[in-house]
Amino acid sequence: MLTVRFFARLREQLACEVLEIPCAPGLGTVAALRSALASRGPVWQQALEDQNLLMAVNHSLAEPATPLAAGDEVAFFPPVTGG
Amino acid sequence: MSADRCRVQVQQAAFNPGQLQDLLPPSGAVVTFTGNVRDLSAAGSVHALQLEHYPGMTERSLQAIASEATARWSLRAAHILHRVGRIEAGEAIVWVGVCADHRGEAFAACEFIMDALKTRAPFWKKEHGAQDARWVEARDSDISRAERWQLTRTGDAGTGPCR
Repeated sequence: MLTVRFFARLREQLACEVLEIPCAPGLGTVAALRSALASRGPVWQQALEDQNLLMAVNHSLAEPATPLAAGDEVAFFPPVTGG
Repeated sequence: MSADRCRVQVQQAAFNPGQLQDLLPPSGAVVTFTGNVRDLSAAGSVHALQLEHYPGMTERSLQAIASEATARWSLRAAHILHRVGRIEAGEAIVWVGVCADHRGEAFAACEFIMDALKTRAPFWKKEHGAQDARWVEARDSDISRAERWQLTRTGDAGTGPCR
């Protein structure tokens, strides 16, 4: 399984905080997971096409090509605004 | 070397900057920064902020930033505290304390830590005004400031002596 978390504005747009998704051959990278999530419906497609979104795998910032493995925690979130 | 050279904390409770400074080790130069919640933003008046974070990743990110600072400059301490949850206008939201033998390193490291935190640490602000609430947008000026240190968004692995 993959755990997928969403934060801040993105969490509100999707009305979703966390998802558990079974690993599949087509979900080998962060980019592939993002595409699969975008196909869940118009709201998901619109929210996830935002090019400013950041991605993390296991609490480290990730790139589209970052590989995924069973048990990974993936997160999508808007640019950060702390401080 | 003290295990407390890099110390990071994320908490809901208000804090007293003076008490945090007292925890820093003796040193020739101490630079601290306290960030307070302003009561006005570009979008209007602000009564309070709601700070969201990513438990686990946020602490790891702050630790990496403190560690990177101690790798870049010769520091005796680099401490970071950031609040989450609801924070009223006028209250302190973030505090950084840096100790070094000389002021140059302490000033630079403190500014580096804040610039890195603003662009890399997973926190998100929601402003609560009189009528509404809105997410704060990331600012290009923060990215420009961070780029002065040649920070990269993927550079959060940290290689400093506190890892």
